[in-house]
Amino acid sequence: MSRGKTGHWVSTILVNGLLLIGVYLLAMPYIFMIASTFKPNSELFAFPVRILPDALYLENYRYLFAEYPFWGWYWNTAFTTVIRTVLAMFFSALAGYALAKYEFRLKRAIFLLIIISLMLPFQVLLTPLFIQMATFQWLDTYWAVIVPFAISPFFIFLMRQYMLGVPTELMDAARIDGCTEFGIFWRVVAPIMQPAFAVVGILAFTGAWTDYLWPLIVLQSTENFVLNIGIASMFGPYRVPYGSILAGSFLATLPVVVFFLIMQRQFIAGLTAGALKG
Amino acid sequence: MAALSAWWRKHDRAIAPYLFVAPFLVLFFVFSIYPVLYSLYLSFFKATGLSSWQFIGLENYADLLSDRRFIKSVTNTSYYAAASVFLLSPLALLVAVGFNAGITRQLRGLYRVAYFVPVITSAVVIAMMFRMIFDEQYGLLNAMLGNVGIEPIPWLRSKSWAMPAIVVLGIWTYLGVNALYFLAGLQNIPHELTEAAAIDGANGWQTFFYITMPILRPVIMFVVVQAIIGSYNLFAQPLLLTNGGPQDATLFMTIYLYQVGFQQFKLGYASAIGYTLVLIVFTLSLINLLFFGAFRSSEE
Repeated sequence: MSRGKTGHWVSTILVNGLLLIGVYLLAMPYIFMIASTFKPNSELFAFPVRILPDALYLENYRYLFAEYPFWGWYWNTAFTTVIRTVLAMFFSALAGYALAKYEFRLKRAIFLLIIISLMLPFQVLLTPLFIQMATFQWLDTYWAVIVPFAISPFFIFLMRQYMLGVPTELMDAARIDGCTEFGIFWRVVAPIMQPAFAVVGILAFTGAWTDYLWPLIVLQSTENFVLNIGIASMFGPYRVPYGSILAGSFLATLPVVVFFLIMQRQFIAGLTAGALKG
Repeated sequence: MAALSAWWRKHDRAIAPYLFVAPFLVLFFVFSIYPVLYSLYLSFFKATGLSSWQFIGLENYADLLSDRRFIKSVTNTSYYAAASVFLLSPLALLVAVGFNAGITRQLRGLYRVAYFVPVITSAVVIAMMFRMIFDEQYGLLNAMLGNVGIEPIPWLRSKSWAMPAIVVLGIWTYLGVNALYFLAGLQNIPHELTEAAAIDGANGWQTFFYITMPILRPVIMFVVVQAIIGSYNLFAQPLLLTNGGPQDATLFMTIYLYQVGFQQFKLGYASAIGYTLVLIVFTLSLINLLFFGAFRSSEE
């Protein structure tokens, strides 16, 4: 019995020790990034490497706000992300609802299409979509960032899976009460769907906020950049303001991380939703 | 007007599903189906910029086969994909087993936050952080390795170290989310099963290999497919850390596609690269499905 107890202690310490080393290795780059935003170049490039700054040096932030339209980038990112998220939630809920709860002719074909497109790499769309944006004269506008990705087959798939579990009797009862079909969706189904809305909303929000390749291709003028493009563009050919780049990176990451800390459970349920339902 | 509303009342239920899927279908046809087909069409053209197009049949694809930079990009991307499947995924499973063990219960909240945050950090920000961390002289990584007596490694400047650096970055970023995929799967396994195995005298390893792993099969399949798709999608990290260098050592397929399509404006050739990428991802995913499918039939 006592040997079992010792074994238990050893494994507790060993497993937690290894996982804590992991925590350390995962947290260190963030700590290093945040600390570095308060360092002048002489400290950023100093040997031996020290993690904490000597003093709170704020020049990196001042330079970032003075030399770059950083808050403009922030607004562009927030605006396009919110619109994309709202559209994704609304359209995917509607389509997922139809696929789960109605019988209609194209239902099976549409569902098959969704399943196939789940595996499609996005790169195959890059060149034709770029040409399309040029034809629509959408290059360098928000339209190009928002509209092509306002829907996602994966979100519809998730919504449909969730809807399958909602009892049909609720809808029939509302129908007898004289509700229109959209009224049933809006007043009866949507309120029950809150967990699914949270999952899709979180996925759409983080996806849009962290998007890089597509905005890089369609956005051209500095004032229209989103954060990711703006920050990456700060690598000038002559001068690289590392401290300011890291300051911008830190501020760009903050909202998503805060959002995550508030809604941890929903986030994890959201990002792992595919693993169990797929 | 009254007639219209009466008609609507009568047909609402039949029409509603079509209206509900309409926004999706319209956007999907315009921004996915049409471009996918158009891309195939475009890949048969020598198309530079938006004006001068010339039909050349399969020549783009033939050129790809003898394009050394393209071959290099396929090799590099596949190297990374192999690391994701054979290094990152098993490591994530180990971490998930650790998360799932009763002995880590007190610290689980901390683990969840720490292992998850990299997944919601944008690739651009991660690349910026790691430029500093991988720096040969002033970087944190070499400083840490120096503490245990390892000589400074020229991570991003050396042909042989640049790819391992990207792999390290990949593991750092995606370990947590993959562990959480596995954890979700592990938590779905009924306790009765593992307990019954223990009563029957199975040890920990036997339970793991004969009970846990087979039940986890769909999740493993999902993780592996995600790892493959994710690897062939990788773009921002190698672009911003090394710009594909040194000497194309970290040229990933998506970077090559970007350079060809959007820096040299060879849109036809870029489309051919895009289609080759689809072909590779579909083939690898299919092999994976068959592998796990075959696994199933041999055991039942």
